Parts: sequence; C-alpha cells; structure tokens
Amino acid sequence: MTTLTLGKAMNTGLRKAMENDPKVLVMGEDVGKLGGVFRITDGLQKDFGEERVIDTPLAESGIVGTAIGLALRGYRPVVEIQFDGFVFPAADQIITQLAKMRMRSLGALSLPVVVRIPCGGGIGAVEHHSESPEAYFTHTAGLRVVSCSNPVDAYSMIQQAIASPDPVIFFEPKRRYWDKAEVDTESTDWTPLHAAKVVRPGEHVTVLAYGPSVKTCLEAAAAAAEDGRSVEVIDLRSLNPLDIDTVTASVDRTGRCVVVHEAPVFNGYGAELAARITERCFYRLEAPVLRVGGFSTPYPPSRVEEQYLPDLDRILDAVDRTFAW
Amino acid sequence: MTIDSVRGAPDTPGLAEPELVQLLTPEGERVEHPDYPLDLSAEDVRGLYRDLVITRKLDLEAVALTRQGELGLWASLLGQEAAQIGSARALGEHDMVFPTYREHGVAWCRGVDPLRLLGMFRGVNHGGWDPAEHRFHLYTIVIGSQTLHATGYAMGIQRDGVLGTPSAGATIAYFGDGATSQGDVHESFVFASVFNAPIVFFCQNNQWAISEPLERQSRIPLFKRAQGYGFPGIRVDGNDVFACLAVTRRALENARTGQGPTLVEAFTYRMGAHTTTDDPTRYRLKAEEEAWKLKDPIERVKAYLVRGDLADAAFFEAVDDEAKATAKDLRERCLVLPDPGPLTIFENVYAEDHPLMTEEQERFAAYLASFEEEAS
Repeated sequence: MTTLTLGKAMNTGLRKAMENDPKVLVMGEDVGKLGGVFRITDGLQKDFGEERVIDTPLAESGIVGTAIGLALRGYRPVVEIQFDGFVFPAADQIITQLAKMRMRSLGALSLPVVVRIPCGGGIGAVEHHSESPEAYFTHTAGLRVVSCSNPVDAYSMIQQAIASPDPVIFFEPKRRYWDKAEVDTESTDWTPLHAAKVVRPGEHVTVLAYGPSVKTCLEAAAAAAEDGRSVEVIDLRSLNPLDIDTVTASVDRTGRCVVVHEAPVFNGYGAELAARITERCFYRLEAPVLRVGGFSTPYPPSRVEEQYLPDLDRILDAVDRTFAW
Repeated sequence: MTIDSVRGAPDTPGLAEPELVQLLTPEGERVEHPDYPLDLSAEDVRGLYRDLVITRKLDLEAVALTRQGELGLWASLLGQEAAQIGSARALGEHDMVFPTYREHGVAWCRGVDPLRLLGMFRGVNHGGWDPAEHRFHLYTIVIGSQTLHATGYAMGIQRDGVLGTPSAGATIAYFGDGATSQGDVHESFVFASVFNAPIVFFCQNNQWAISEPLERQSRIPLFKRAQGYGFPGIRVDGNDVFACLAVTRRALENARTGQGPTLVEAFTYRMGAHTTTDDPTRYRLKAEEEAWKLKDPIERVKAYLVRGDLADAAFFEAVDDEAKATAKDLRERCLVLPDPGPLTIFENVYAEDHPLMTEEQERFAAYLASFEEEAS
C-alpha cells in the first residue's frame, strides 16, 4: 500500500500503462517537461521520451484528430485536454469521428483513444475552467464515459480505460487531485471499469453521485447519520454504460433517491437517471427522484461558485424533501 | 464605399496566377519540366488511359443510378480524373490514403471494389470497407477532418521507425479548395509541419465549393499557403495525369525519406454538379465549363497516344468495352445490394459488450416479433 494523492495515482496509473504497453502514448498541451498544468504527467516524458509523451501544438481538435490517426496506425493515445471548457474545439473530432468510425467501418476499426478531462469547479478559477460537460459525451453513442472520484479508482480506472478497445472519455475531479488514500499499486484485482460501487451502505435513501460530488455526498451522509437518517451513497464511476442494476437494487430497498452532480440539472445526466429509475422502480418509489446540481446558468464567477455547486446542505435538503411525500 | 471582398488589389505582388507544373498540354503534346522528369513506357500510358476512362464511366454510371433512384446521392468526380489517377498511381504499397467522399478514382487505383463506394450513397451502410485491406481509409464527409487523421497516422509511421527503409510509407490526405478554410486543415498543416510528418497534402482545387468560388476561400493561390507553414507547396495542372503522377511521386518520396510534408495543389475543375442534388446553373456560367472542357484530362492522353502511335483503334475500343462492362457489372450488383436488417442498427457501435446496446436491441427485436405474432 502506498499513500497517493488522486493526481499522483493518475500519474502512477499512466506510468504503469506505458510500461506495460509500448504503444501507449501521452499527448496534449504542456504534458512534457512541465508535466501538465496539474502535473498528472509529471516525469513521464523524462522516462519515456518525446516520441511517447508528446507536447502538441495548442489545438484541441488537432490533438484529438491526430490521436485518431495514431490509433489507426496501432497506437493507444491518451490525450489530455487541459481544462473541461477547452474540450469544445475538439468536440467535432470526438463526436463525428472518434465515436463513429467503428460503425462506419462495420467493425473493422477500433479506436482505443482515451480523452482525459479535468472537470468540475471549486478551485476559484476563471471562466471555462470549472465546467462539467459529461452529458454532451454520454449523449454520444460510440463513446464510453467514466468519472473517477478517489485515488484508488483513479489508479485502476485509467489503466482499464487505456486497455479498452473503445474510445473513453475520462473525467477527473480536479478539486480532488490533492485528496489522499492508500493505493495498492501491486494488485490488479480491480472493480470492473463500468461497475458502480456502493461507497456507503444505508437504508433510508439512495444518493447517486460521481466524480467530485462523491466526497460531498459522503459528508452529507455522515451528517444525516447524526440525525438518525441512513443514507446509501453510490459512486456511479461509469456514466456510459451505466450500471443500472446496482442503482435499482439500492433504490428498490430504500424507495428514495437523490441524484447529485455539478452540471446543470436541466437536461443533465441526472435526468436520465431519474427517468430510468422511475421506469424500473416505479412501485417501490416513495417519492420522485430528486436532483441536486448546478443551476441552469453558465458557470458563475468563482466568488459565488460555492452557491452554485451542490454542497452538503443542499444535498441534505433534497434528502429531507424525499421524506415529504 | 463598397468593400472589394472578392480579390486583393490586382497589382499586389504575388497575386498574379502562377505557373503550374505541366507535362502534357491540353493538345496532347509532351513537354518537359526541369524538376519533374518522367519516363513512362507506352504500356504505362495506356494503363493510365484505361484508369481514366474506366473511372469516368463508373462515375457516370453512379450518376445514372442516382437519377433512377437507386442511390440517394452521388458526388461526381467528372473532370478530376487525372488529378486522382495521377496521384494515386504514384502511391506505393506501404502508403496510406485518407480520402474525402469524391476519391472514386483513387479508390479504383487502390483496388477497392467500386461497389463498396456505393454503399453509403445507397444508404446500406456509412462506409463499410476495411481501410487496412487496400490502405485506403473510409470516405470522410465532414470537410477537412481526415487531414488530421492522416497527419496522426503519419506521426505513427514516424514512431514505427521505418522512414528511409524499404517498408517506409507515407500518407496522402485528399481534400478540396473549400476544405482549406477549415480549422482542421490548418491544424493538420501545423502538426505535420512541427513534427515533420511524412505526409502529402493533395488539394484538388476544382474551383468550386458547392456554389462558392475559390475567391470566397482564399486571396492567394492555395499552394502558397504552404510557405506560411514552412513546407513546400506546388501547383500542378490537375488535368494532366503525367504531371500529377510526377509531382505526387516526388512529394511521396520526400515524405518517405524523412523530408516532411508537401502541399500539392492540383488545379482542376469540377465539370459536374457538387452532388446530384446540386444545380450549378444557379451560380456559374456555361462559358466557364466550356473553357474547361477544352482542357479535358482524358482527351489529351488519347491525343498523345494517337500522335505517338502508341495505341491503335482496337486498343481504344477494348478500353471502352471494358469500361462499359465494368459499369454494367457495377449496376447489376448495386441493384441487388441487400438492405441491412433493422437489428443491425445496434451493431458495431462498440467493440466490447455494452448493456444499453443489448437492452435496446432485445427490446426492439421483441417489438418487431410482436407484429409477426399478430399476423400469424
């Protein structure tokens, strides 16, 4: 066991993947000497060389587009998008090319490309540095979309994503990069990439979260326990595909469900969860599935971002409201 | 004040129409170019002629199939045969092609069954061939996107460490004049340049991006843009199959030996409509088309063969017969192309199992089956 921050766990996972497969490449802006603005690729260029850790021109569409070409030549590129709000210049290559080329080729082509995106708010940043664009990508068939919330998962999930023959959009909760945990870097006995995890068992209400919100939900659950309310927290980990069975097994027991994410609630990922849970657990539900998330506005200036982001109190408020029906 | 957004001031230095590389005049006369010697046997020339004629015939057949409702759409290459055949016959077995959706002549040279090209236009698939089989990537519809894939692929060739060896390949990215305005084409030029990637950017400047003339895309000749990226650019007579062959051959060889990218601008003309749904009479003059007809890429090769006594009437007749037979065969096989079954919608979206695909496919299958039960 090694104590690692989430950022270092990412770094260690990337390093393992590069050691295990010479075809794995890392590419993006400032990923070389600098090690990325969050230092996730720290030291990789020094150890694996400039041919495998590529400082690219400052052009997101170009990064993803050339990563597709490298994948067509047999490489496994891991692309870093510097910040969530910078992925949109690459959206065309991701949505119209990366996601669809396999079907276009009737299955002849696989594109094992991982697009890493540091996401979410809470770091006091300027505009475009705090967004949660996951729903754009979960809406796109052909992509797999995952979101890690802690160092243990960061370490394993990045390696699993790189091993996937399908393109994976990999969200990293940037404000949790400095959270620490014990990580077993010797073991490969990992939870499957697309399985959800019950991270805190409970009886009265199910709270669903992913990425940066998981920690907030765990804190909310601990606070609720003091009031005698038993909250089950599930870390979805994978957004597409969704491990719906783990979710419904929980909601069938608790009869209540709250979904939490930082992205705007309107048309957000929680809407899909609410619809599916309602379909499958209709007769077990004691209350409608409630959603807590960002407002239906652009991400606000950082001085008010704490008001925008779902916090412990707003989550507990929603939990309380599920008992009002 | 009216703003002259169409052209720069006519006396601006460098804006006059530049010379282009030409080895065969429109009249079929062989001319030499100091930088591009080309030694072709009579058999080579007859082979190029055959490619040109068959490609044109197949293209016309596809237009006819569209008129008859057998294809939903077709993007004709009429007029661009020499640019495609010349550049494609310069390719070696290790080179990799990234086409747009109009490179039917290149596909022919790579050995792709023409029937495969019809699938997407008939609507039975979105492409449907294995790019590795003929080293010919899938048609790309979004303008310019493939230039980045080609550049990335070329960066892969670099990383394989094969440049300069006999198994070295280069990539060639096809695109049009309209595509040069796309950000992806710009980014591909940047990436290819700074990484010195083994790639040939082959721009078929057919003068029209649907209804928009070249003037709407650029104030300078397109090949000159290469200079701004730091690699060579060259304009070639796109209706001259010899020149296209010689220029592309050189550019590919440079790429394979580690000398980096080249932009080739094949100056040609789209004689037909953009696609079968387009109507060029709304935006261009018949006189322009007539002027370009005199530069036809096939007639000049025929004139060269006749003048040099390199082919007889029997040869020309045999090529025509072969073209007709190939087109007839294509038509017959097109008409019996099976429609995909409804449940194939869910196939090939992911390489590995995906629960949502399985769930929706099973549910849809049960729904479809319910009608059969009702009927029985």
